[in-house]
Amino acid sequence: MTLILEAVVFGVLTGGVYALMASGLTLIFGVMRIINVGHGALVILGAYLSFALLRSAHIDPFLSLIVTMPAMFALGVVLQLVFIRPLKEDREALSVLVTYALALGIEGLLGFLFSDNLVQLTAWYETASFAVFGFHIAYVYVFGFALCIAILAGIFLMLYRTTFGSAVRATMLNRTAAQLVGVNVDRVSAIAFGIGVSTAAAGGVIFGMTNAFNPGSHYDLISRLLTIIVLGGLGSLRGAVIAAVGMLIIEDVTAVVISPVWASFAFFLLLVIVLVVRPQGLYGIRVRERI
Amino acid sequence: MTLLEVQSLSKRFGGVTAVDACSLSLDLGSITGLIGPNGSGKTTVFNLITGFLAKDAGDVRFKGQSIAGFGPNRIYGLGIGRTFQLARIFPRLTALENMLVPVRRSGFRALVSRGQWNDERSRAMDMLAAMDIASVAGLLGGSLSYGQRKLLELAAVMMAQPQLVLLDEPAGGVNPALIERIGEHIRELNRQGVTFLLVEHNMPFVMGLCQKIVVLHRGAVLAEGTPADVRGNAAVLDAYLGS
Amino acid sequence: MRSPSWIRAAKWAALLLVLAVALLFPAFESDPATVNIAVFTVMYVGLATAWNIMGGYTGYVSLGHAAFFGFGAYAFGLVLAHLGIQAGYEPFLFVPIAGVLTVVLALVIGWIALRTRAATFVIVTIAMMFMVQLLAENLVGLTGGGSGLSFPVPPWSGDFFDTPFYYAMLVMAIVSLLLSWWIRRSKFGLGLLAIRDDEDKALAVGVPAHAYKLTAFVISAGLVGMIGAVYGYYVTYIYPQYAIDPLVGISLVLMVFLGGLGTLWGPVLGAVILEPAQLWLAYNFGASLLYLVFYAAVFLVVILLLPRGIIPSVGDLLKRIAARRAVGPSDTASTSDTHAVAGVQSP
Repeated sequence: MTLILEAVVFGVLTGGVYALMASGLTLIFGVMRIINVGHGALVILGAYLSFALLRSAHIDPFLSLIVTMPAMFALGVVLQLVFIRPLKEDREALSVLVTYALALGIEGLLGFLFSDNLVQLTAWYETASFAVFGFHIAYVYVFGFALCIAILAGIFLMLYRTTFGSAVRATMLNRTAAQLVGVNVDRVSAIAFGIGVSTAAAGGVIFGMTNAFNPGSHYDLISRLLTIIVLGGLGSLRGAVIAAVGMLIIEDVTAVVISPVWASFAFFLLLVIVLVVRPQGLYGIRVRERI
Repeated sequence: MTLLEVQSLSKRFGGVTAVDACSLSLDLGSITGLIGPNGSGKTTVFNLITGFLAKDAGDVRFKGQSIAGFGPNRIYGLGIGRTFQLARIFPRLTALENMLVPVRRSGFRALVSRGQWNDERSRAMDMLAAMDIASVAGLLGGSLSYGQRKLLELAAVMMAQPQLVLLDEPAGGVNPALIERIGEHIRELNRQGVTFLLVEHNMPFVMGLCQKIVVLHRGAVLAEGTPADVRGNAAVLDAYLGS
Repeated sequence: MRSPSWIRAAKWAALLLVLAVALLFPAFESDPATVNIAVFTVMYVGLATAWNIMGGYTGYVSLGHAAFFGFGAYAFGLVLAHLGIQAGYEPFLFVPIAGVLTVVLALVIGWIALRTRAATFVIVTIAMMFMVQLLAENLVGLTGGGSGLSFPVPPWSGDFFDTPFYYAMLVMAIVSLLLSWWIRRSKFGLGLLAIRDDEDKALAVGVPAHAYKLTAFVISAGLVGMIGAVYGYYVTYIYPQYAIDPLVGISLVLMVFLGGLGTLWGPVLGAVILEPAQLWLAYNFGASLLYLVFYAAVFLVVILLLPRGIIPSVGDLLKRIAARRAVGPSDTASTSDTHAVAGVQSP
């Protein structure tokens, strides 16, 4: 029982990171109606950026976010301008391929620069832990969770309390209508993509401190993130957060109760069950376009 | 004889009741108009009848048989065709191919039969000729003008010889000359035995074409009768002007 | 609307020439390294053509076809082991069994995945692929897990080894092409194209969209499964992460997009161009992962510059030239004719 409780707590803490990464992904989908298959690779890129700063300048991974998040924001804006905006016809399918290609490119580049050996981000709080209810929690999980909550809160505040946020939400609801009422949809798209990518940098640091990773890790990551956003309902931030935490709890509990090798399987199985019962996901609206 | 009977049909979207205990019946061989202010639930009624939406309550009976809960393709197979608000055709198929999609081949026969049999082709060409658009048969649907699309959509729906056709704004967005032509086509098909239910905002068009008018307001039937009855109905005027 | 007879004659001649080259290739080329490239190229011709039946005709982009490829390989290996089939030519006769088993899997996956549309469908196919990969890793008693599954090794000499596999892959590619061609001109195929254009409208004119999509999905998956079976026998040892490789799934999609989505010959052209290039990159830069960067660059250039693929783009160009010639100097073409040609050009 204690083990299960521990798994639940652990699931919530790790779920926070996935919630953060998935929010970026679902935000991008909501605003642009594209699936960023490269999101996992961008997370890994963020992790490697912090890894490089740590190795060369001994900068604390969390502190390095001050540099990497703006850098990744800029990268996101550039990627959107160069690769996403030119897509005209058949955007949905083509954007999947373009972002997949970006993922491959990033994987190849990272492999070239860092080799495909597994690495991990380290800091003093990575191994230090404290005891709660008889089990130990490493500080890194708590710090990471706190950071995720802070960034998520920032995103929600931006969306619901600022003019730019209203423009983003308007674009998510109806692109054409938003354009008609004077929202600069292109600008909103580029900035939203930048925000999504910069959350990937933050997610990458926390992911990289709690997992060993290599350039190929993005496949595992993106399959989970995509599953989460489908479960939550595409384009729903609230759905993504709830689905992320729920999935990670189920995964960690499965690992304890059945076996760690079946943990990820439980994750995907849940997707299948939800799709059979409710194809639109937890908070999604059924896509029945143009009726 | 009653061809289609809608019995206290209801549909809610969240808190909004789009269709509220709506009942109407269509006689075989009639042309009925469904009118009402914007948002009165006309298109929702169409979507409920043709299986695109699931009803919350009520029933739809076609030739005495309940068709509620059937999928759109099955309902078309039973003999109910429909068009859409902004003429929808297949943009990357030619006009002729657009005509051949509706011809049914069930199950395994679809796999082994050719896309274009000669008899279907000639029937499709005849139908296009009857609509005066035979010259565009080889063009892609996406390259046709809006008026041509409207005519093509109507012609294609007729390919499987439905008994009942639901037209969503057949005169919407086209020039007066074409409206006249579309009206003529509908009358001609009606003479051949096809029953029509149409949603339309163009009042002279509806009043001239339909034998019976049903007025929908906030999802419920407000009035029904001959065009003259409806035109003189005070409640109808209120609904249009008042709210 | 039939093409002039000389064009049709030219098409037949080209077809026969391609077929002759494909059939006689191993007779002229004896270098095993080259035949090896040919085996993989023809394999991708089959894979891309099979994928196109679903992805091209219905517009449902599946990124998870690698699952069927790997599943076919595993199913075949297990069938051979359980029936005790000896290495040699005999195993090829059992490839259809792998196809049937893949069809069963595809029915289940398709039934679930096709409850969703568009973007969600893409994601679900990715998730399904990882599920199948996890199963291959975790069902150790059946698949050997991470230590892999072995096939009987054919007793052929090094020089000849690739040739039977070349022909097996060629047979699969031809079967895929014939099916693709047949479906394209059937009522079923017309229904698929209608679904691609506007699924709700297709439903409204009586196309049983769900049954059609599932049928296309299953046919496509069954072919991919059989090709995977031949692949497994060819490489004689399969592991979960190589048999069910996301890169295989995306490569065949790219080939279809390069050649022309939804066209009969587009996938063939795409595979013939890209697979040798991909192998060349992997041989030369494979160790450093840098080949992925080149591959991604090719990928991006193709999609950004030729989003509709080679065959539709070239077709448009030819039509435009023909139109210019028709109106150009003599100016005798009637206005309705020029209108017709201009109409076809616009997307």
